[in-house]
Amino acid sequence: MTPSTMGWTNPLKYLGQKLLAPVFWLGVWQLFAFLVDRSVQGRGNELLLPYPATVFSVLVEQAGQALFWQSILATLLRVVLGLALGAALGALLAALTCLSSWCDRLLSPAIRVIRAAPVASFILMVILWTGRGNVPTVIAAMMVLPVVWDSLSQGIRATDPKLLELGRAYRFSRKKILTLIYLPSLRPYILSALTTGAGLAWKSGVAAEVLCLPRPALGTQIYNTKYMLEIPELFAWTAVTVALSLVLEALLRRAMARWGRGWST
Amino acid sequence: MTLCEQLSLSFGEKTVLEDFSLAIPDRGIIALQGPSGCGKTTLLRILAGLQKPAAGNFPDLSPDQIALLFQDDRLLPWRTAQQQLTDVLPRSRWDEVPKLFELVEMSGEEHAYPSQLSGGMGRRLALARCLALEAKLYLLDEPFAGVDLPRAVRILERLRTWDAPILFVSHEPEILAKADVVLSLDGPPLQIIS
Repeated sequence: MTPSTMGWTNPLKYLGQKLLAPVFWLGVWQLFAFLVDRSVQGRGNELLLPYPATVFSVLVEQAGQALFWQSILATLLRVVLGLALGAALGALLAALTCLSSWCDRLLSPAIRVIRAAPVASFILMVILWTGRGNVPTVIAAMMVLPVVWDSLSQGIRATDPKLLELGRAYRFSRKKILTLIYLPSLRPYILSALTTGAGLAWKSGVAAEVLCLPRPALGTQIYNTKYMLEIPELFAWTAVTVALSLVLEALLRRAMARWGRGWST
Repeated sequence: MTLCEQLSLSFGEKTVLEDFSLAIPDRGIIALQGPSGCGKTTLLRILAGLQKPAAGNFPDLSPDQIALLFQDDRLLPWRTAQQQLTDVLPRSRWDEVPKLFELVEMSGEEHAYPSQLSGGMGRRLALARCLALEAKLYLLDEPFAGVDLPRAVRILERLRTWDAPILFVSHEPEILAKADVVLSLDGPPLQIIS
């Protein structure tokens, strides 16, 4: 990246471009909250669509409590662990199904079943099998696994056969073929799998928390807001979840960009 | 040395090789010339063990004693010029990298990625990488494609002292004139005409 593409040459313009979408959608939210407020004439609009400022003040209030940070940390840990587990298993299965047609025949249908089955069914099954503490991690891993498997399988099959032939002709060891040919070729597929997988891990991990209520957890907090009809709190916890998901995605993108520095197109 | 005897290979109806045998001197630079599509590249690929012939044998050298420079560069886009060489060299021979860069006149480009090199530079880097391999015979498929003529001639002169024989394909009369032996081929099926 050059300074001009990073926006360093004109920081104000760069900042304006970055803030345009959030400011626009906050404006849309404000407008709709105002319309709802007017239609119910101030009688309980907070139950339907609270103002952004109300949600923000709830967020500030929550941030002062230890439970807020404990919930974030616990959910982050579960989701990241689930993502890592799903990615590792997905990569392993992609390698197996691409290497052996027998493994492909045996495993591919099972992975497709996991991808097609409803998350809620899995959550209920895993609650019975593993106990509630592990459910969000296991569910996140199960949602990430087929995405990583699918993407990496495509990537492995698309690896340039001429480079693989070069590896054979120049007597590269298996380790070299993996690290010098396959892994760099797979970079765009890994990026796509991880960013999509991270989003899925958050969605499914928090959904699992809502159903199995571990403590502390963002999902448990979201469930409590529904129970008490605290809609601004629901918006606040949702905003936290979305923000964490976006931060994780940005970190993954940055790590992958660092890996491809110098040669990636 | 006898590289191959009674090689045969067909692609469907098309016979590329039929009872083809080839012997070359034990040292020096040997050039192959012939029209496009006569089977030169196929012959080099068979000698390097990348393609199996229908019949034939290799009395003096096995494929793992042969280094092949492919017709296309096949550089790894994510490795620097220097890494392309260290990737094929054992660590004990990494001190040879500067000499190889000098040989192909690329000193100063060690940290460039293939996308930052011109076509001719990429070709010379691929040549250096092939020469970095330990082998008893080097097969170079059009090693100077895209390389300016005076530079190609200088590099070829330096290869004269190489330990193992070098067999290369070229169409350039000025480069062919520098070889110790020139074999003219025709085909398919491939045959030596002089």
